[in-house]
Amino acid sequence: MSAPAAIRIRSVSKHYGALRALHELSLDVMPGEFFGLLGPNGAGKTTLISVMAGLARPTSGSIEIMGHDVGSDYRRARRQLGVVPQELVFDPFFTVRELLRIQSGYFGLARNDAWIDEILGHLDLLPKADANMRALSGGMKRRVLVAQALVHRPPVIVLDEPTAGVDVELRHGLWQFIRKLNRDGHTIVLTTHYLEEAQALCGRIAMLKNGRIVALDSTKALLRRFATHSLRLRLSNPDVGVALGGVAEDEGGWLVFGFDAMADVETLLRRLREAGAGVEEMTLGEPELEQVFMELMQHA
Amino acid sequence: MREHGASGWVGFRTLLYKEIWRFWKVSFQTVGAPVLNALLFLLIFSHVLDRHVTVYGDIAYTTFLVPGLVMMSLLQNAFANSSSSLIQSKITGNIIFVLLPPISHREFYAAYVVASVVRGLFVGLGVWLVSLPFIDLPMVRPLWVLVFAVLGGAILGSMGVIAGIWAEKFDQLSAFQNFLIMPLTMLSGVFYSIHSLPPLWQDVSHVNPFFFMIDGFRYGFFGQSDVSPWLSLGVVSVCFMLLAAVTLAMLVRGYKLRG
Ligand SMILES: Nc1ncnc2c1ncn2[C@@H]1O[C@H](COP(=O)(O)OP(=O)(O)OP(=O)(O)O)[C@@H](O)[C@H]1O
Ligand SMILES: [Mg+2]
Repeated sequence: MSAPAAIRIRSVSKHYGALRALHELSLDVMPGEFFGLLGPNGAGKTTLISVMAGLARPTSGSIEIMGHDVGSDYRRARRQLGVVPQELVFDPFFTVRELLRIQSGYFGLARNDAWIDEILGHLDLLPKADANMRALSGGMKRRVLVAQALVHRPPVIVLDEPTAGVDVELRHGLWQFIRKLNRDGHTIVLTTHYLEEAQALCGRIAMLKNGRIVALDSTKALLRRFATHSLRLRLSNPDVGVALGGVAEDEGGWLVFGFDAMADVETLLRRLREAGAGVEEMTLGEPELEQVFMELMQHA
Repeated sequence: MREHGASGWVGFRTLLYKEIWRFWKVSFQTVGAPVLNALLFLLIFSHVLDRHVTVYGDIAYTTFLVPGLVMMSLLQNAFANSSSSLIQSKITGNIIFVLLPPISHREFYAAYVVASVVRGLFVGLGVWLVSLPFIDLPMVRPLWVLVFAVLGGAILGSMGVIAGIWAEKFDQLSAFQNFLIMPLTMLSGVFYSIHSLPPLWQDVSHVNPFFFMIDGFRYGFFGQSDVSPWLSLGVVSVCFMLLAAVTLAMLVRGYKLRG
């Protein structure tokens, strides 16, 4: 038998009345993976996370976290899982440190101060440790949500848009921290609408639309399969370029050429030379996940 | 199962502690205000009625009234504690922080109910204490007083959990309070002995579980009551067990908490 998946999702459906928020969805996330869950608004990402966390019950299907069924073995399953919710929720009665102590207690940890201080440090929250939740800015509240999800050192961490509303500097801080957690062996599942973020962080990606998976592959393979390299050129004789398939940009006299493989660039440059069109300036565009996303969402 | 030194009781203890802490942080409103309310009742009723009415032969009306007021305040605040905590958490969304951890259904139920009992006891104790300078109130059977205080608080705490889970808005919660809890309390003999009622109303009172809570509670003070304290204890215990079973079944099913 192979090692159990960190998250094992089998034929999960979730219906809200006539609406099929999730439809016969199956997915395995392996231990140690950095996994991205992408999709447009309403695709079913949060619903899937809620079902994993036991916040919602699937209409049918089953889910295991580190081999524990979230229904029949819910106590063990929940101990393995840390969830950063999408909504900015907080308990206005308590300070940051009080909340983290309480959250530790809920997970059965009576003394957890050393680890709480460590998390607060990583998330730049130490100066606010004794501030009431009400007195924090939105981005700080979001970081407290991250801290709350980590108090019990869960092997599997699910973050539902953790960087929404977080400023650039902190976003990078958060990335580093999540990367470190991943290096330390935690399995990470991330949802985000910032595709460059997913591209930079995630090793594997599932794209959801209308409650179904429309693509599931390593980030590299997805980029290779769907995205094109692009070459931007400024030519001494643009007409030759247009004849060879270049698309003119609105400004600056640039032409854009798309390629499925880098080898085709050779061919193009040779043909341009033969036609007597000199290359004045050139930039090379990397494939972007955004292209893949747009492609998939339009055609799936 | 123990992991990272985690132990099962800590979850329950933490939730209980948090629920108590929550009302204690605003004890001026959650304990002080109801005690003041009861004190006003006491002053007004005693001024109006004391010289005219006696109960159980020779007990002055005010003396008779105080245990009823203590119990009424206790019950109302036990209900308020669990119901308001749950509905606030649901509306603000922070209920997820108690739904994500591995807290069992029983621990969850017990924590909310015990916290309700504690708030009820604080308020009841407060009302009793402020009444002491005004009246000479006996307490013949303290154990009965305690047993009915705890059971009454647990019953209303459970009703609060049910109402807090069921209600989606604050006005649904106040409907529950105004159309169920208040009438049952008011018609239970807080302000009178049911022997002073016409026979029909006496019969009606006997199907009201609140009557047995208050009658048994009063027995602890005076050693006299409208019905046998053992009967009251039986009714109240059965009532509590039924409510506990209903509440636990709701939690196991995830009714309205886990969509
Ligand atoms: N409690 C609910 N009752 C009814 N419908 C719901 C409920 N929760 C979610 N839905 C519906 O299920 C679908 C999926 O919603 P979900 O929140 O999972 O989307 P999402 O992928 O997280 O979107 P976003 O990127 O906007 O967060 C939506 O059509 C939504 O309206
Ligand atoms: Mg969402």
